[in-house]
Amino acid sequence: MSQLPPQLTVCPACHEPLEPADNFCGGCGTDLSAVPSAPGAARPAGGPRRAGTPPARGADDHRAAPRSGAVPGQPAHGTGPGTPCAACRSGMIDNDGYCENCGHAQPRERDHMEHESAGVAAVSDRGLRHHRNEDAFATSTAALPDGSPAVVAVVSDGVSSAARPDEASAAACAAARDTLVTGLAGGTDPREATRRAVVSAAEAVAALAGPAAEAREHTPYRQENAPACTIVSAVVTGDLLTVGWVGDSRAYWVPDDRGTQPARLTEDDSWAAQMVAAGLMSEAEAYADERAHAITGWLGADAYEVEPHTASYHPDRPGVVVVCTDGLWNYAESAEQMAAVVPPDARSRPLECARRLLAHALDGGGHDNVTVAVLPFPTRPEGAGSA
Amino acid sequence: MANAAAPGLPRFSVEVYQNPHLPEGGREVNAIVTVTAAPDATAVPAAAPDGRAAVVVMVDCSGSMDYPPAKMRNARDATAAAVDALRDGVSFAVVAGTHQAREVYPGGGRLAVADAVTRGQAKEALRKLSPGGGTAIGTWLRLADRLLDGSGAAIRHGILLTDGRNEHEEPDALRATLDACSGRFTCDARGVGIDWEVKEVKGIASALLGTADIVADPAGLAADFTRIMETVMGKEVGDVALRLWTPQDAEVAFVKQVAPTVEDLTDRREEAGPRAGDYPTGAWGDESRDYHVCVRVPAAPVGREMLAARASLVVPAPAGAPPQVLAQGLVRAVWTDDLTASTALNPQVAHYTGQAELAHAIQQGLDLRKAGDVDGATAKLGRAVQLASRSGHEDTAKLLAKVVDVVDAAKGTVRLKAKVSEEAEMTLETRSTKTVRVRK
Repeated sequence: MSQLPPQLTVCPACHEPLEPADNFCGGCGTDLSAVPSAPGAARPAGGPRRAGTPPARGADDHRAAPRSGAVPGQPAHGTGPGTPCAACRSGMIDNDGYCENCGHAQPRERDHMEHESAGVAAVSDRGLRHHRNEDAFATSTAALPDGSPAVVAVVSDGVSSAARPDEASAAACAAARDTLVTGLAGGTDPREATRRAVVSAAEAVAALAGPAAEAREHTPYRQENAPACTIVSAVVTGDLLTVGWVGDSRAYWVPDDRGTQPARLTEDDSWAAQMVAAGLMSEAEAYADERAHAITGWLGADAYEVEPHTASYHPDRPGVVVVCTDGLWNYAESAEQMAAVVPPDARSRPLECARRLLAHALDGGGHDNVTVAVLPFPTRPEGAGSA
Repeated sequence: MANAAAPGLPRFSVEVYQNPHLPEGGREVNAIVTVTAAPDATAVPAAAPDGRAAVVVMVDCSGSMDYPPAKMRNARDATAAAVDALRDGVSFAVVAGTHQAREVYPGGGRLAVADAVTRGQAKEALRKLSPGGGTAIGTWLRLADRLLDGSGAAIRHGILLTDGRNEHEEPDALRATLDACSGRFTCDARGVGIDWEVKEVKGIASALLGTADIVADPAGLAADFTRIMETVMGKEVGDVALRLWTPQDAEVAFVKQVAPTVEDLTDRREEAGPRAGDYPTGAWGDESRDYHVCVRVPAAPVGREMLAARASLVVPAPAGAPPQVLAQGLVRAVWTDDLTASTALNPQVAHYTGQAELAHAIQQGLDLRKAGDVDGATAKLGRAVQLASRSGHEDTAKLLAKVVDVVDAAKGTVRLKAKVSEEAEMTLETRSTKTVRVRK
């Protein structure tokens, strides 16, 4: 952003008191960086909310289901009609979510979301260059048949060039999470449950194209690509860590002991990864190419047969699993780079870790939506989440 | 998009076609706003006497109407046909126009209410019309305005027929009359024969939000008047305005009706509250029109989204109540660094930009031709042929082919015809602003 936001003491939308470093209102989630600058005022750009502030709206709205984090629909804007504009502070918000004075769209609910529950924390953000957040996440804590906990996190990145990518990512996350929880509770092997979860997510995304795909045949002039997205999931059950994915969203393993090796747990379905795997290009060459991020696997009605990749690990030491979209890993590509950004206390304060990772992506330019889930390993006892 | 139904009003709907994406620093937002009024399916068909409409027919009775004599006879027959097309309950009057205006029927500064008796009386009165005198169209319009104003009708319409130039009145006087009448009633204007001035007739229709056309052969008048009256009878709501709200520090670069004809409404804005302005659209029946709206907004950083304009259709409410919003659509601006997105042309916007250029090229080409600039006229009319061909505008292409010899329509290569009939040239000029919609 080209301008430094002014020093605000209360939220322009809901009048909640603010901390100097707040980027979003703790009360209503208003993006405070959208407020134009006032002379002589400055505050550091980038970086998520400080610790100790109340949860943002994304999490707030899902208190009814405290053990699950999920993504709301996008059409509604986060700020209700009749509230003041977060951009110009002189107009009120109309029924369509725009300021009646300056016309600026108001922050949407999905622009910035946070969620934390026992064993997992997640953050998703619009970033600095995209006009909406097309990423999504879903988390849950399930109980295995033996009563031990299973922690689930799913992250998805909507394909911007397709129609309604935000709906695709939300549908994929919800379907995968639900399938995983049901499967794990029913005693399905985590790897098989993960595979089924990715398949059910693929079906959910393909279903979004349903009527539109038929209409397309009759109206060829209307070129609408079927909604599409990537997916990556992580499941922690006992001493087992299981990941599943399609596309270029990733999972990393970052051990507490930084003397030991961190690792990337997923292999991208991307042009660059295929070039490297086929030995045609070096990693540096491949990722420098403008086609690097073209994905070769995705969920959607127009996807070739979806092949869920799954992998299971038995980590022999404590650490965290970082599950994220390329909006984050573009700024910390290798496992070592990711580990360098993960704070030392990530396992005890996973939400802080997720916020720190988001801040890293925003400081780097925030060119894409950023979504990251952090799962401590092994899962800590219920109720021991950080404040 | 949004639509609203109100008792007795057609159902309006608004659709917006645009590419909302702007490059970094981009400020200009273009959109085509399609407004469609459909009959209210729940309403009882308007078979009942209709007191909402009032019509005044203005017939040129200047001396020239006698040459040939068939012209006056055809004008009488045409007016009679229009009277026959009046629905029961509609208020009406007939005015004879010369260098002054005279009430032919019913007289006494009043309007008659259409029924079998009054229609018969009106046609009887028409037989007394005889040519003689000059032409001062402003006086006809002022009389029509007085008559219509007294009717209290929601839909107030005039039909004006002339065969000659407005010779007995200064152009400024006609201009002032049009300014005074604008927004008070709508008016269709017809030129009969080939001795009238296209710009005058078009100017009247344009100022009063009506249609203009040529009826070169007086024999065609009756059918044309019947069509006009049927259209007027189909109007269900008058005084509809296109209201544009734009954000702080934004400006409306232009607002044009682009279908069914090109009509620049930019200068006809009336302020309507903070950051909002109304552009008159007249009366609506069961029809659809397109508007090209261009707004310049303050630039915003990449990733931002702004409402560049809110386009709504409003109709005045009785007795000082706030106007009723019939339908609305949103014109958005989204700043992106994705060049593919920001450079894409919306097909509707591109199409109507071409149609507006087509109308302009024809007018310029004909003006240059009259001024004797053969090269200039050839270039402009060639461009017009190319645009008409590209957009599939066959009617205009045919009219152009009567003025130029088309060598290559795709390239716009033409030669001016050595001999062009007055009728062909006037028809092309009169109809140059008609547009076709996007082919789907």
